Amino acid sequence: MDIMTGNGDQRWDEHVEQWRRERVAADYERIPPRRAEFRTSSGTKVKDVYTSADIRDSDPETDIGLPGEYPYTRGVHSTMYRGRPWTIRQVAGFGQAEDTNNRYKYLLDAGQTGLSTDFDLPTLLGYDSDHEVYRREVGRIGVAVDTVVDMHALFDGIPLDRISTSLTINPSAAVLLAMYRVVGEERGFPGHVLTGTTQNDILKEYIAQNEFIFPPEPSVHLVVDTMEYGADVMPRFNPLNVCGYHIRDAGATAVEEVGLTLSNALCYMEKGIERGIDPDRLAPRVSFFWNVHNNFFEEAAKLRAARRLWARLTRERLGCKDPRSWLMRAHCQTSGVSLTAQQPYNNVARTAIQAMAAILGGTQSLHTNSLDEALSIPSESAIRIAVRTQAIILHETGAADVVDPLAGSYYVETLTNQIEEEARSLIERVDGMGGMIGAVESGYAAQLIADSSWEQQTRIESGDTVVVGMNDYIDENEQLDIEIDRPVPGVMERQMTRLAEVKRTREGRRVSAALGAIEKAAPDLHHNLMPLIEEAVRARATVGEICDVLRGVWGHHQPSTVF
Amino acid sequence: MKSPVNRQAPIKVVIAKPGLDGHDRGAKVVARALRDSGMEVVYTGIYQTPESILRAVVQEDADVLGLSSLSGAHLEYAKELCQLLRDNGRDDVLFLVGGTVPPEDADTLRGYGVHEVFGPGTPTSALVEFITSNANQGR
Repeated sequence: MDIMTGNGDQRWDEHVEQWRRERVAADYERIPPRRAEFRTSSGTKVKDVYTSADIRDSDPETDIGLPGEYPYTRGVHSTMYRGRPWTIRQVAGFGQAEDTNNRYKYLLDAGQTGLSTDFDLPTLLGYDSDHEVYRREVGRIGVAVDTVVDMHALFDGIPLDRISTSLTINPSAAVLLAMYRVVGEERGFPGHVLTGTTQNDILKEYIAQNEFIFPPEPSVHLVVDTMEYGADVMPRFNPLNVCGYHIRDAGATAVEEVGLTLSNALCYMEKGIERGIDPDRLAPRVSFFWNVHNNFFEEAAKLRAARRLWARLTRERLGCKDPRSWLMRAHCQTSGVSLTAQQPYNNVARTAIQAMAAILGGTQSLHTNSLDEALSIPSESAIRIAVRTQAIILHETGAADVVDPLAGSYYVETLTNQIEEEARSLIERVDGMGGMIGAVESGYAAQLIADSSWEQQTRIESGDTVVVGMNDYIDENEQLDIEIDRPVPGVMERQMTRLAEVKRTREGRRVSAALGAIEKAAPDLHHNLMPLIEEAVRARATVGEICDVLRGVWGHHQPSTVF
Repeated sequence: MKSPVNRQAPIKVVIAKPGLDGHDRGAKVVARALRDSGMEVVYTGIYQTPESILRAVVQEDADVLGLSSLSGAHLEYAKELCQLLRDNGRDDVLFLVGGTVPPEDADTLRGYGVHEVFGPGTPTSALVEFITSNANQGR
């Protein structure tokens, strides 16, 4: 280091210390701080002021760098939203395929630029709509899809070569991915023009969202199958979207969200590499999904930290050489769990602030939650406000006009460094358990999340964390005056009729042959099942039939009852 | 009917998640809070059917059943459970529902025989208080 700079640093540090000792202390004497200590939502203690001394160890060239250049702290594109704005991608899914198709068209008219689909619980869990026990959940919190016939109805009239589609599906993702490709093919859109993603992150299911079918080992292999298949036949589609979202909403802190999510991503990548697949074929097809909560600067810094850490891990640990492999492309959603059933209009403010953090953090795509989500799935009027929130940020605030405007902020860069460092040490802890499959099987990850969730609840109940309208600023006489979305009537019956019709008209022998082939191949976890699943889907086999075959071979994963 | 119980025994609670919805952050937080307040808590885990929940209530000889639902199918599951509890002579159990339940559904649920509905944001202390003052009625 330059001697002059060294002396300068020292003089400056002494000045800061003196200022803190004399000036700040005197001011606190007059007006004491509002709280004994201030912390981010990850529990990191926050100083009152950050100065250049806090980021002296960060190299502006190698740690912060430039947008679109390694390690991508400042974003994956050099021009970010100046050129192309982020994709406004609101998730929708309810009732029968036709109901959701209508909602898609409404959202596209309202200014949405990408589609995102929620499937109902039977579809997610690999059961058909005529299942004796689960039929009452058909079309409730997502759209019902039993066969490729439903998938055709879902995307009817949607130009699949121009609209990218996200399919929020995990345990049965392989089946739905095959369906999407078959729908494209049968409508004249070959696999290589299709863009979008399946969520397909089964590991976070075992620790957070709890929608799983099979045990972790075969499930992870099935994910690798879809990655390999995607690279072969749908090269512009991302078969894997690794999700911090659910880990966070289940109670993890921002740091845990990054650490556990990147551990999951490493697990899929390493299983694929073990199978002999070139990491540079896999990594560019992996995308990420983050939750953006209330602590504004921490959330923006979290995206910057995750991006830098993923770039370093793919390059240094996984040996990826193609710069496209180093990019953490991200979709974000504002935090569902932060929304309150009390004074629901306050949720518009929460969502706008969270959306702003996502945009300043450099997301590629964004879902803004609707104000009524603590009470039901969103109504159309609530969704419109949520979509317009993004338009307001884009056009009225100037936030999208400068690339990574928070860079160089003493506070944001310090947080970015801290989050990267703490997430990295969590990843190392998980490595010590044999990676994420070990951390799932031992219950470590689920317990970590449950403990953080409990701590947050304790802080809310003690009043240490203020939630406006819920534990403070309470309105005793509050009357709920919002429209609540109600389930579409008759969906289950109509869906069962359609399923029976498909079963009556399909070629039974072709279906049995296709299912038999899957059953025969499934015990060998290195046999890619995707071409066989695709053939079954094409023959109009159902989600339930295909998953039943796999359940028969692999068994069920036993849910944990730990709390 | 329930066998006579020792008045000193802790209140026994079954927390249950019906159907296919796996969102159990709330169920786990409630289970932990009730246990910390001295109750005996059994969490069924996810993916339960009304029959398996009834079985848990009977086998555990529970005083309280807490049903957690975020799937929008709370009316169907609660209605069926109320019927099953009546048919099996266990409608003395204090039956509570929590989760994303629109306020207007609370009256419908009470009509089925649910004793109280706790929406999002309910402090666990309110829950503990409600259970301690209402769970011992049948004893």
